[in-house]
Amino acid sequence: MNIKTLTQILILFSSLSILSIGGGNTVLPEMHHKAVDGYHWLTDKQFADVFAISQAAPGPSVLIVTIIGYKAAGFPGAILATIAMMLPAGVLVYLVSRVWERAKDMPLRKAIERGLAPLTVGLILASGWVMSKAADHDWRAFLLTGVCTAIFSTTKINPLFLVAAAGFIGWLGWV
Amino acid sequence: MSEKPTLAALALTFNHIALASFGGGLSAWSREVIVVEKQWMEDEEFLSAVTMCRILPGANQVNLAVFVGVKFHGVPGAVAAVFGLTLVPVVIALALAYFYFQFHHLPAVQGILKGAAAAAVALTLSMVVKTGRKCLTGVVPVALFAAIFLMNGIARWPLLACLALLAPLAVAWAWPKKS
Repeated sequence: MNIKTLTQILILFSSLSILSIGGGNTVLPEMHHKAVDGYHWLTDKQFADVFAISQAAPGPSVLIVTIIGYKAAGFPGAILATIAMMLPAGVLVYLVSRVWERAKDMPLRKAIERGLAPLTVGLILASGWVMSKAADHDWRAFLLTGVCTAIFSTTKINPLFLVAAAGFIGWLGWV
Repeated sequence: MSEKPTLAALALTFNHIALASFGGGLSAWSREVIVVEKQWMEDEEFLSAVTMCRILPGANQVNLAVFVGVKFHGVPGAVAAVFGLTLVPVVIALALAYFYFQFHHLPAVQGILKGAAAAAVALTLSMVVKTGRKCLTGVVPVALFAAIFLMNGIARWPLLACLALLAPLAVAWAWPKKS
């Protein structure tokens, strides 16, 4: 086991955890800089591929750090990177959520809940937009997205079924 | 609201959410399960929690698991929810990492991922439709919604800048009126 690499993993990802304001993807440029140019854990192309895999794999997309940790230091590296990326930010959320629970009947909390709702819906639309740009969608993929959106919005179909069907269409090479 | 879930139920539910999100769209899945299916939260509480989890550092979905876990069971609840959310996905990520570093380019795999990604974006868009129906009910909320989409989605301004500008307006608009 390589103690030096594990220490680097611990320091890098726990500091990225605290810096990742706005979500895990906001620190990707910094993660790329350190993991590729700084420590040479993986190549530029590998970083891009690993990013795509982590986006498509189930679970939080921040699990890109699991794969980078695995490449850098094997299984222990993967586990350490994952914990380092989640723990510091998680502790902060814990502290904030306790304050939030106590403020249950305050007008401020009511105003924040009601006021932030339209902003959140706008942000969700923005992330849908950014995701389809990142996936480099052409008109056929947009058409598939449009059809799926209509089905999701108007029926109670199990989404997993539709995602599998879309994956099958992709396998056939139609998108 | 339905009754308080057990620790095991928290872990299993977040595991279910995580596994359903193959191809992405994890927030949409979270709402589908937490608000619609389990009824652990109302839409408004859920949406404000989602935004707070976006503002705070850390992966949004991990933060949301902490938030929901703490709401019901404090620290053990948070640990159970995060464990449920990440355990199986970490195993899958490791398997994919192994597979990837063994066989780099497989067109079939890339095709499947492309199709699944299109459906994942659709799931996110349908969440906009479903939650928008409830809260985009006047000129002010629609303007707030459109403004933050243009700033963050199209112009790619940093999230904090967008919220620093719009959140005070939104909170002032939503302040409960004394009657």
